[in-house]
Amino acid sequence: MIALPILIPLACAVLSILSWKNIFLQRALAVFGTLALVVSALQLLQSVRMVGVIAIQVGNWQPPFGISLVVDVFSAIMLLTVAVIAFAVSLYGQAGIDLRRVRHGYYPLFHFLMMGVNGAFISGDLFNLYVWFEVMLMASFVLITFGGEKQSIEGGVKYVILNLLASVLFLAAIGLIYNLTGTLNMADLAQQLRIIGDSQKITLVAMLFFIAFGIKAAAFPLFFWLPASYHTPPVSIAALFAGLLTKVGVYALVRTFTLLFTQNIAYTHTVILIVSGFTMTSGVLGAMAQTDFRRLLSFHIISQIGYLLMGLGLMSVESLTATIFFTVHNMLAKTSLFLVSGLVEQLQGSFDLKKLGGLYASHVWLALLFALPAMSLAGIPPLSGFVAKLGLVQAGFNEKQYLIIAVSLVVSIMTLFSMTKVWNEVFWKPAVYPVVKKPLSAWMIGGTACLVFISLSLGLLPAPLLSLASQAATLLMHPDSYIQVTLGGMP
Amino acid sequence: MTLLLAVVAGVLFSGGIYMILRRSLVKVIVGVLLLSYAVNLLLFDSAVLVAGYPPLIPANQSQPPEVYADPVTQALILTAIVISFGVTAFVVVLIKQVYLTSHTDDLNQMRCTDIPCLDSELSDSTLDEGKTT
Repeated sequence: MIALPILIPLACAVLSILSWKNIFLQRALAVFGTLALVVSALQLLQSVRMVGVIAIQVGNWQPPFGISLVVDVFSAIMLLTVAVIAFAVSLYGQAGIDLRRVRHGYYPLFHFLMMGVNGAFISGDLFNLYVWFEVMLMASFVLITFGGEKQSIEGGVKYVILNLLASVLFLAAIGLIYNLTGTLNMADLAQQLRIIGDSQKITLVAMLFFIAFGIKAAAFPLFFWLPASYHTPPVSIAALFAGLLTKVGVYALVRTFTLLFTQNIAYTHTVILIVSGFTMTSGVLGAMAQTDFRRLLSFHIISQIGYLLMGLGLMSVESLTATIFFTVHNMLAKTSLFLVSGLVEQLQGSFDLKKLGGLYASHVWLALLFALPAMSLAGIPPLSGFVAKLGLVQAGFNEKQYLIIAVSLVVSIMTLFSMTKVWNEVFWKPAVYPVVKKPLSAWMIGGTACLVFISLSLGLLPAPLLSLASQAATLLMHPDSYIQVTLGGMP
Repeated sequence: MTLLLAVVAGVLFSGGIYMILRRSLVKVIVGVLLLSYAVNLLLFDSAVLVAGYPPLIPANQSQPPEVYADPVTQALILTAIVISFGVTAFVVVLIKQVYLTSHTDDLNQMRCTDIPCLDSELSDSTLDEGKTT
């Protein structure tokens, strides 16, 4: 059952390749495949909620010699969020992706991407994590470049090179930690590292991991590939990337820096905290300077990554709870904003804020679909961003890190400013060009509305997710049961 | 032996980093390849190296010998080589695509992602060659 989030996309990808010519079948497969993912993730979450952690050993090799697949509450929450986003994007993609891309294998790549992302969440082995990262990266490389437009190829080059560099660093860090401990199973590693205790070598390797995952998560100052590439592919691809890929990097950071590298928190987590402050600020400043809808949103991704790292840097149950809640909120809000930008482009044929306008007068519901996730991103109550940011600020007060609280609040105001700018330009100001009343596809609106609705209900009813997140955070802060279950097999 | 490998890996790392800082895309890709070789050597070097002791159990015994080469790193390298082979294949096609669409291999000229570029017409031939994986 644990392997289902990997097996379902794999089966869908293979079936999509087999029905290469039958586009209708591929589209149906995408919707039903992602729906099956949602169901399996729900089931996993349900069973993990009871016991905390479940694990299987691939090939029945005795741990730590084989590869372990481990699901704890944190992974299960991520799996569910990713599945929901994939479902919404596959709905949107029914009409939102051009036929040319579909004919050239959009759907198999979509499923392979999902397989890589899910695999990264489930894996309990560092090298296996690397392999899943590569699966995800290969799919995303092709997805970003295979349209053949000049812009997406050039964006793709930057994306490919910097991510390959990150993979090389990740692999180097794996080699070094294997040299120090002689194991790569994360649970076993956690034990070995505890025995070794605080050592400069370990801290060095930890920082190497931080750089490798930092590039993938787009943390300051390693984020330059993101605003250069995320606005180039079509919206159904960009939204998927925006929602999923950087968050896998964040997931890997949270996993390694709560389970493995906790020997020298005073150093490593302070570095994370400083980086998070710079990430927030530089992301939002970049966003304020943009006049392209999607580039602006891309910079906001970076800024939000800062908040996620802030929770990790504070390193307490409350702050990790907030980080997990923030991740879910952010993935939903960000993806829906990207999808809205696609709807706007459908109506007015541009992403340039200067050329857009008048959409509030012609499409009030579209303005609403934008306003809800946008305000949520800025952290306006009662939306989900408010709950997430409140949690982070409270955790910051508990840890007496007042500087980072101040930074995060200022960045929130700047986010609000930036979102207001989009609102003014796209929806409020009179139309620069006459708005054509093109009928929008119900698929696209449905996909977007589905995400916005979930995001809204998270804000109005945050209690269930908060309690789940705090359970997950407690497990992260006290990894004994993770280690026990992975190595011993008994929950 | 370990020292020699470490030095070679170091030279490859520095060469790779030098190359990815170049402007020409082809040289950058060569740099990435050098880095992946360097990291493979690093992986190989990360286990304790012993010459002449394969990780096999002799025919008349049930235990492996006292000293034997670590098979884990070799498995890791094998995986890493296969992955980097796939990545290389993709990247080579990518270089060709870039040259076909941008008519340059100078990274400084690839500014379409930062400033609006007008030349974004699609050519069907690029798509046909783009589907590698």
